Amino acid sequence: MESAEPEPSGSRPEEEEEEDEEEDEEEDGALLPPEQPAAAMEDCLAKKMEITVSEAEKRTGRNAMNIQETYTAYLIETRAVESQSEGQCAPVESLWRRYSEFELLRNYLSVTYPHIVVPPLPEKRADFVWHKLSADNMDPDFVERRRIGLENFLLRVASHPVLCQDKIFYSFLTQEGGWKEMVNETGFQLKADSRLKALNATFRVKNPDKRFTELKHYSDELQSVISHLLRVRARVADRLYGVYKVHGNYGRVFSEWSAIEKEMGDGLQSAGHHMDVYAASIDDILEEEEHYADQLKEYLFYAEALRAVCRKHELMQYDLEMAAQDLTSKKQQCEELATGTVRTFSLKGMTSKLFGQETPEQREAKIKVLEEQIQEGEEQLKSKNLEGRDFVKSAWADIERFKEQKNHDLKEALISYAVMQISMCKKGIQVWTNAKECFSKM
Amino acid sequence: MEAEGRAPGSPLLAGGEGPGVDSRPAAGAPGTARGPLIAAAEVLALDDEEDDLEVFSKDTSLAEVNSFTPSMPISPSSMINQYKFEDGPELRDLFITVDDPESHITAIETFITYRVVTKTSRGEFDSSEYEVRRRYQDFLWLKSKLEEAHPTLIIPPLPEKFIMKGMVERFSDEFIETRRKALHKFLNRIADHPTLTFNEDFKIFLTAQAWELSSHKKQGPGLLSRMGQTVRAVASSVRGAVKNRPGMFTEINDYMGTFSQKINLLDKIAHRIYKEERDYFNEMKEYGPIHTLWSASEEDLADSLKGIASCIDRCCKATEKRMAGLSENLLPILHEYVLYSEILMGVLKRRDQIQGELDSKVDALANRKTEKDLFSEEIGKLEDKVERANNALKADWDRWKQNMQCDMRSTFTNVAENNLRFYEECLATWESFLASQTVDLHVEEDSEDRP
Repeated sequence: MESAEPEPSGSRPEEEEEEDEEEDEEEDGALLPPEQPAAAMEDCLAKKMEITVSEAEKRTGRNAMNIQETYTAYLIETRAVESQSEGQCAPVESLWRRYSEFELLRNYLSVTYPHIVVPPLPEKRADFVWHKLSADNMDPDFVERRRIGLENFLLRVASHPVLCQDKIFYSFLTQEGGWKEMVNETGFQLKADSRLKALNATFRVKNPDKRFTELKHYSDELQSVISHLLRVRARVADRLYGVYKVHGNYGRVFSEWSAIEKEMGDGLQSAGHHMDVYAASIDDILEEEEHYADQLKEYLFYAEALRAVCRKHELMQYDLEMAAQDLTSKKQQCEELATGTVRTFSLKGMTSKLFGQETPEQREAKIKVLEEQIQEGEEQLKSKNLEGRDFVKSAWADIERFKEQKNHDLKEALISYAVMQISMCKKGIQVWTNAKECFSKM
Repeated sequence: MEAEGRAPGSPLLAGGEGPGVDSRPAAGAPGTARGPLIAAAEVLALDDEEDDLEVFSKDTSLAEVNSFTPSMPISPSSMINQYKFEDGPELRDLFITVDDPESHITAIETFITYRVVTKTSRGEFDSSEYEVRRRYQDFLWLKSKLEEAHPTLIIPPLPEKFIMKGMVERFSDEFIETRRKALHKFLNRIADHPTLTFNEDFKIFLTAQAWELSSHKKQGPGLLSRMGQTVRAVASSVRGAVKNRPGMFTEINDYMGTFSQKINLLDKIAHRIYKEERDYFNEMKEYGPIHTLWSASEEDLADSLKGIASCIDRCCKATEKRMAGLSENLLPILHEYVLYSEILMGVLKRRDQIQGELDSKVDALANRKTEKDLFSEEIGKLEDKVERANNALKADWDRWKQNMQCDMRSTFTNVAENNLRFYEECLATWESFLASQTVDLHVEEDSEDRP
């Protein structure tokens, strides 16, 4: 009986793992695209090439249905990083891409590298807005934040040891015309798993690797907690905005009041000025906070990428389980035919009992067909098992890489949040110290 | 006892729990808010305490144990510990506290009484300490008596009967406490007033037992009759008065017009700020715990997340303190001055009315030249009345202006200090979090090969 359980690669001693890794890389797994070994950090595209998304421009054009539409195009600039000794700067190459092309790129990468946690794109529509932010996609602030997000996406891909070597990615950055056709020619859409199939597998899989199950729960929790946090943060930002802005009213009234006062006038007037400064200071503070929110949002979307890898594992595992089950039943059939015993109920069995047995020649033919199928099935099962193990191993390697990246990035983000709060407090102290001085002179 | 232009520092009273806690925030350098009438030599804050000591030791010998006062020993040192003296030359010899609100339920109505405790060293008081219970009606009575006796003096404001906009229930704790503080302020402002402090009705209010007060109240013209007088007088003489009004009072009138508008705006702004801060506080309460929740699914990040959660919670508490400062200090003062601006308009009108009486008599004289002698005596009396009223108002106005300046200065300075404390506390919280994080970061960096 073929076992349908994936071998627990995590429990193997380390030396074996290293050897196996080398072997796997040489094998041409049916699943993994032919690729060189994962690039070392120094060889990543990100180190060899400067990549920026430097501008955003509003465009109008006709879409596939010949309808006039407005969209934003983003300018991608690349420049080869020369070694220090040469001292010359390579020329900057540039091309324009719109958001839908980024989406196409990402879909391609997700399908082609299902074992990789593919970096997410910035949100398509503005979400988690508080009242001052616009939910309009054409709003310049949103466009600006999206530009930064797209640049971040490209940098993430370019610094990923596996993804950075992809030819389609490279062409995305460097080849203006014909890129879409190139992507479609890879036929990646055909490789994509149907949603229905994936959902079915999730429900019916019997023995997925426990680590993936845990990871799925983690990504659900991560998504839930980050969305909650972002929602409340937006509300807090809204309220904070209100507190600061209302103080601006002091400025105007103090100024008007100072007109009728002799001794108090100066103090009132200058205090009013400080209140205006206080009210105005919130704009910069909250803009900075938006960048912090964007950092969290990236990991909110990363949760979906994690889930995609888990889904792929469940799908492969389910596939494996089904193949094993199918093989088992065929072997059983074969055995029954060979020995003439009927162990399982089958319509054929019943009809043959009622209408007479098959001729020995017919039986032989059937057995032969089944034996061929069983042979095929065993080979298939073997390769599926191999694929499954490869997938688990390489996926888990990328997941570990991702975990480290996530811990590092989020810790930095939290620290930057503290730094922002400190800066806000210092500004507050300065303004109110000045105001206090003015008040005490009234 | 004329108004000397003494400008005692405003008695900014902290929301004290018990009687006798009467602290003053630093109200600027002594001597800066003085009018021209006070000689510089009087500004000797420290020496005043010694004088006060003497005063008390003299009077304790006269102290009678009044059967109505509690048997509390009043030693000079305990008095000094309880009350801080103002900057300036004034010697306080009358200390009043309003506290201990109590509910009384009768068949007809429910009402609240407040305990009014008076401690004094003045000779005209039979005892050195009194404790009585008064209800809001009694305060209203006192105010109207004072207005009657001194129509052109600025009588301090009383808290309103009922506050609609705050949606505070009539007998809620918050409402009662706000009212108690305002009543306490009211009596102390009267005590600080150079003229009003010696008013006989005031003394009776502070000292008389309940039945004594009610019988005293029944004497004299009723409220309604007096109100009718005022209304009729205003209607008949306002136009004339404006014509002949001395420039100074027109200036005051104009000033009050603008001041009233601005102070009402400030009152609204301050309430709005309070509301925004409260809404902010409510959202913040939810913000911290999310980080703690998140830390439960993380390993490496758990400490940082918990740290952030605790910082947010501490800032949350600091916000609560900031709000409390606003509601204890700024809001009551602004409200008081909103009421003051109405009072001042009333005082100006009454002055105009007094002058109107004179003017109408003068006009009448101009028409009937035959009865000159009869009229001239009346006119003489009215002229005196007008002059006294004008002088009283002028002096009280100067005093009020200085007090207002002092109050505003110390209130807004207090607001600034409040905000400073808030930001300093938050800063310390976040800085200590940052310190803890960067220590960890350096440790991590040393032990790993970072690309």
